[in-house]
Amino acid sequence: MENKIIVAIAGNPNSGKTSIFNMLTGARQHVANYPGVTVEKKEGFGKYKGCEITFVDLPGTYSLTAYSVEELVARNFIIDERPDVVVDIVDASNIERNLYLATQLIEMNAPLVLAFNMSDIAEQKGLTFDIEQLSKLLGTTIVQTVGNKAKGKEQLLEAIIKTAEQGREKRVHKIHYGTEIEDELAGIEEAVEEGEKELTAKYPARWVAVKLLEQDSEVTSKIKNNSVIEAVAKSIEHLKNIFRDEPEIVIADRRYGFISGACQETIKSTVELRHSTSDLVDSVVINRILGLPIFLLLMFLTFFLTFKLGKFPMLALEFLFEKLSITVAGFFPQGSESWLKSLLVDGVISGVGGVVVFLPNILLLFLAIAFLEDTGYMARAAFVMDRLMHKIGLHGKSFIPMLIGFGCSVPAIMATRILENRRNRLTTILVLPLFSCGARLTIYALFIPAFFPEKWQGPVLWLIYLIGIALAVICVKLLRLTVFKGETTPFVMELPPYRVPTFKSIAIHMWQRGWLFLKKAGTIILIISIILWAAMSFPKPDQKSLEDAGTERAQQLKLETSIIGRVGKAIEPAIKPLGFDWKIGTALIGATAAKEVFVSQLSIIYSVGESEKSRHTLREKLQANYTPLTAFCVMLFCLISTPCIATTIITKQETGSWFWALFQFAALTIMAYVITLIVYQLGSLFF
Amino acid sequence: MEINNRPLSVVKAGEKVRLVYVDAGHGLRGRLMALGLVPGTILTIINNDQPGPFVISVKNTKVMLGRGMANKIIVSNIAVKNE
Repeated sequence: MENKIIVAIAGNPNSGKTSIFNMLTGARQHVANYPGVTVEKKEGFGKYKGCEITFVDLPGTYSLTAYSVEELVARNFIIDERPDVVVDIVDASNIERNLYLATQLIEMNAPLVLAFNMSDIAEQKGLTFDIEQLSKLLGTTIVQTVGNKAKGKEQLLEAIIKTAEQGREKRVHKIHYGTEIEDELAGIEEAVEEGEKELTAKYPARWVAVKLLEQDSEVTSKIKNNSVIEAVAKSIEHLKNIFRDEPEIVIADRRYGFISGACQETIKSTVELRHSTSDLVDSVVINRILGLPIFLLLMFLTFFLTFKLGKFPMLALEFLFEKLSITVAGFFPQGSESWLKSLLVDGVISGVGGVVVFLPNILLLFLAIAFLEDTGYMARAAFVMDRLMHKIGLHGKSFIPMLIGFGCSVPAIMATRILENRRNRLTTILVLPLFSCGARLTIYALFIPAFFPEKWQGPVLWLIYLIGIALAVICVKLLRLTVFKGETTPFVMELPPYRVPTFKSIAIHMWQRGWLFLKKAGTIILIISIILWAAMSFPKPDQKSLEDAGTERAQQLKLETSIIGRVGKAIEPAIKPLGFDWKIGTALIGATAAKEVFVSQLSIIYSVGESEKSRHTLREKLQANYTPLTAFCVMLFCLISTPCIATTIITKQETGSWFWALFQFAALTIMAYVITLIVYQLGSLFF
Repeated sequence: MEINNRPLSVVKAGEKVRLVYVDAGHGLRGRLMALGLVPGTILTIINNDQPGPFVISVKNTKVMLGRGMANKIIVSNIAVKNE
């Protein structure tokens, strides 16, 4: 008996795979990435009858072709890692389509267990199964489960252990494709066994043969032997002549035929299917007239939930970090200028605190997304928005991260996980920062009342947001024409029936993402915070000048002599054409860390305090020093340039490469510079 | 009797048709087949009111399609057998 086994979990999207995975692993899960691709790898652990089980949740797929990354990842895992058991989660209320994947798994000689999930819904629909007979016809063990109610867990584990003990058989039950195809398959199998010995050591020869007839791109590329290539080409021609269609279509058809045959004998429906509740809800939700308003309402609620509700825990966290600051500072003697103290308080605590403070937002966001996905609404939302998004060159689902981007880019970029197509995802991630975030609002709130008369204030704010959106649209079009050339993915998506999600599954969803965020972003942001802190604190002005100055002048001095201050002065000539001076320059550099820093930096530079009253004073000082045109340009620059380091880091994390993160950073910065330059220069001709 | 092949996009909601073939590349065809759209399958049109979504029911599943996609799926009347 094996003491340690690996079990892969496969299944269609919407089959309840995740809830089965959760049922088997509880909270003992962790998420990573498959090497080289940005497909999530979910692993979990369980124990049963003394056996330690590692569960690997494969990406949800409808089949195992070479057409998408997810399918390739799933099938390569099964072939390369040779899990002891593969569990295929099947939606029992929708068997025929779901078994298509199972047929392919059978063909791979995978040691298979089928879980007929959602069997409660199947029962409601009046379906009855002759499990024994079906099991014989399919040649695998079948267990009935209700994943989100944790029913069937024991039986499933039992089946898994039993199947693991049986081990892999050499010749397994196979699907008969009809004489013509079987004849050709036999020939190709022989050729492959002779000419591609290396290949057949790893892959079952019959599976290879079937894939070759299907003209599977990945398998075909692995064939080096000429006689095999010729044999395959001949077979395909021959079959094309007989069927007047590509062999792969006939093969698919025969698979369904096999499934249908097995099901007809074993599955009975006793209740006539009438308009289900799902259809009723849909008649309203994707209704021509009501669809869009309903969508907008739900998006507003999501937004509201994430940022308004998140405000309280956010404030609590801010409060906590403040207390922590004070406590740590308290360890040092009063008025101490210890660099360690500063490092800890101003660098570490404020830097890390600045990131952890996002956590409530992220958790709430993923709570909302998990809810929308699990209920099945997300699919409808994608469709309602698709027309609009399509005109720009994006997928309907892209709308959701964009909306969230108005609050904060960080969770928005993470939310792009709902986009399956990599090109779409990358394009969306790259332009997301252009949707003006909440942090920038602090800058607008400072400048606009200072420089614009009341009746213009609203319109100017709107203008800024609109410019952001317009730029985003232009950039997407540009990206689509150049870097991400290609047809937009054809839109085809399953509309799952509406379901009532369980709190447990949503909670796990939510927690997983939150933890990942904390771990990854937190560590790098910690390092960057320390670096920025050092750049802001060193070098220090000499003691004498410090003693001579008052507290506020002292702050100013420190900033001027620090690296950041010096860099600010150094770049002044470069930013003068934009209407900026070194003071703005310095604030902008600090603001690369986070836009909220911009305002506090300016306060320091103009040596005003940080309270509400002093903001008023700051406005007066700004008014005295700059023109409305410059103010507008400052806001413009802040709008277009990278919102914060966290964004760049999250971009790296979600795209899986530094290239895109840096590309985004560079592109946004250059765009910001150029556009602000043009606006300022043109503007100064008129104003 | 006329075969009556036409693109899916012109079929009205409530009608049932038979899939003849899909005018698309390998990968897309494969994806559609995995969703149940194999030649000979019966499709029921659930929703086809522009600008709303195009929704069909195939093998007990509801599938949403873009207009472009619906144009590439060629169907015919069920009454006609192409054997």
